Amino acid sequence: MDVVNSILQNDIQEKDPRKSTIVNKDAEIETDLGTLLALDYNALNLKALKSQPEEYLRSLTRDNVQILINKIWELPVERVDEVIVAKLPKQEFILPRARQIPKAKPLTKWQQFAKEKGINTKRKSKSKVKWDEELQKWIPTFGYKRNKAIEQKEWLVEVNNEDKAAENLFANAKAAKEERKSKNELQRLRNIAKAKNIKIPKVGLPTKEHFADSQQLSQAMTIARTSTASLGKFQDRLPKEKDAKGIAKQVPGMKRKAEEVPRNLQEEKKRNTNLADNILKNNTKILREDFSVPKTKPAKAEKNKKKGKKAKGKEIKKPKAGKGERNMRRKVGGRKRR
Amino acid sequence: MTVIQRVVKPSTHKAKRAIIKKEPKLIEDTKQTLCFKGKNTSQIVVNFMKDLPDAQIMQKKNDILPFEDITPIEKFSIKYNAPLFMIALHNKKRPHNLIMGRMYEQTLLDMAEFGIENYTGLKDFKVSKISEGLKPLLVFNGELFENNHEFNRIKNLLVDMFQRDTVEKIRLQGLEHVLSFTAVENKILLRSYRLLLKKSGCRIPRIELEEIGPRADLICRRTKLASEDLFKQACKKPKELKVKKKKNISVDKLGTSYGRVHVGAQNINSIQTRKMKGLKKTMAEKKVGVKRRNVENNDNSKKLKVDNNSTD
Repeated sequence: MDVVNSILQNDIQEKDPRKSTIVNKDAEIETDLGTLLALDYNALNLKALKSQPEEYLRSLTRDNVQILINKIWELPVERVDEVIVAKLPKQEFILPRARQIPKAKPLTKWQQFAKEKGINTKRKSKSKVKWDEELQKWIPTFGYKRNKAIEQKEWLVEVNNEDKAAENLFANAKAAKEERKSKNELQRLRNIAKAKNIKIPKVGLPTKEHFADSQQLSQAMTIARTSTASLGKFQDRLPKEKDAKGIAKQVPGMKRKAEEVPRNLQEEKKRNTNLADNILKNNTKILREDFSVPKTKPAKAEKNKKKGKKAKGKEIKKPKAGKGERNMRRKVGGRKRR
Repeated sequence: MTVIQRVVKPSTHKAKRAIIKKEPKLIEDTKQTLCFKGKNTSQIVVNFMKDLPDAQIMQKKNDILPFEDITPIEKFSIKYNAPLFMIALHNKKRPHNLIMGRMYEQTLLDMAEFGIENYTGLKDFKVSKISEGLKPLLVFNGELFENNHEFNRIKNLLVDMFQRDTVEKIRLQGLEHVLSFTAVENKILLRSYRLLLKKSGCRIPRIELEEIGPRADLICRRTKLASEDLFKQACKKPKELKVKKKKNISVDKLGTSYGRVHVGAQNINSIQTRKMKGLKKTMAEKKVGVKRRNVENNDNSKKLKVDNNSTD
């Protein structure tokens, strides 16, 4: 029996799938060599997994790794510094990015203009320093050293005109430079505003009207929140979010705080006097002067009738007898007659 | 969110570089992982987190519950420029809790919560280990990873978490580490092996595996996955990186390459020929020319007609 057993075992060892590089699978496993990834969607052998979990997992993984390694070994190989290196293909497994794809920067006004006109402003080799004949020195095109050099160079200014002699020409030059700088800054900010689609005035600086203040924003938020069918009853609030003040009238469902009832006679009296004082101080007219004048002019109403065609949809009245011609095709309101 | 265009210019080169570093890039760097300890942790979770490759754990404990409020983690991710995070927690309801997640545009994309069971640490396996910083082979077993939407996303998250750098070339002897994930019922069985390349008689080596730890069964608890739209948006590939197909170039058997060049139609009317007195335009012709130009400026559809007439 021993001999038979040993022979059988030998046979098993020879056929042992562990010993070979070829692996058979029911369905082919997906591999992505760029990420060194093997995806085996075959059904697991639950029986084996329960009885011998570690053994089963190892053999399963071994098979899949063997397939992956077989594919990696088929890749083109290079030799770099005495080491054999395989060239991996591009990653196919799709992973999300950490940040969005960068967008192209919007062109500034000048860049756009230059592009339209075909002006090429980029000089390829602009040297950082220039030789100055007067100072016999290399002067950089920008930076503090250039400023120092210019100060050295322009310590004296010629005055052609006698009228100008009284003015401080150095101060003028400095002021002009400041002006140019601030103009440039303004243009930069304008370009940013244009890129972000912010409305700004064509001339001058933007005022407060161009930007919503906190009160407007809170009002907009409150109105947006209450604009559901159930008047914002089921809408979550942000932490510390409060209703905007002064819009209780417009927003349905929002209650105005009633004024407290005065506690004693003195307080009531004080309030009333305050109210009267306020009205008198403000110069507001308590009684309207144009009280008897009707709001709409009759002449305008006639005009509207003549224009009739535009307001046809809204002003449909029941037809009455003895008014104008009959038109059976005209659509009119009222009960449908059969 | 749009790209932040600063209104205030950075005043130093260093500041400028720092800003550019944080801006989105066309080709992104390897994603960094932030590892936190929650307010209460268990030794098992912390050890497991330490065993995972490339884990650098923040020193202090943080009172963060990602499923309640993600904002503190988002802040950390902006600060450290790390889109991946891991946090260890432990409480009675969810013992040995590990939350893994990732960010897109500095806001949460998706996260999953795992309970750790059956843990055996890296130190408990008394075998020789692998060298540090190797790119692992990732193996996913089980049909759940394909069929179940949740597991599918978790698979994606795990690949993102453990794949490390994307490389073009790899040293064949450097393939040493295998991470295997097996989905069974509600669990993901995580096993980590060392790869042994044995002789097989042919060029391709025979593989054997040796478990080096950590070993753990991850029970899937809560998940918060990105909506289909957001995920699709996050997965967009930039157009610039797409390889354009080369047209009109062919190679014959001898290896000579041929290019086909298309010459557009010539505009005979506007070509400047030799100037001669005889060919000079008369006043009438000039007037017609001016008219035509005006028409061309006004309407493009008319332009064609005029051109046809002139060629006739």
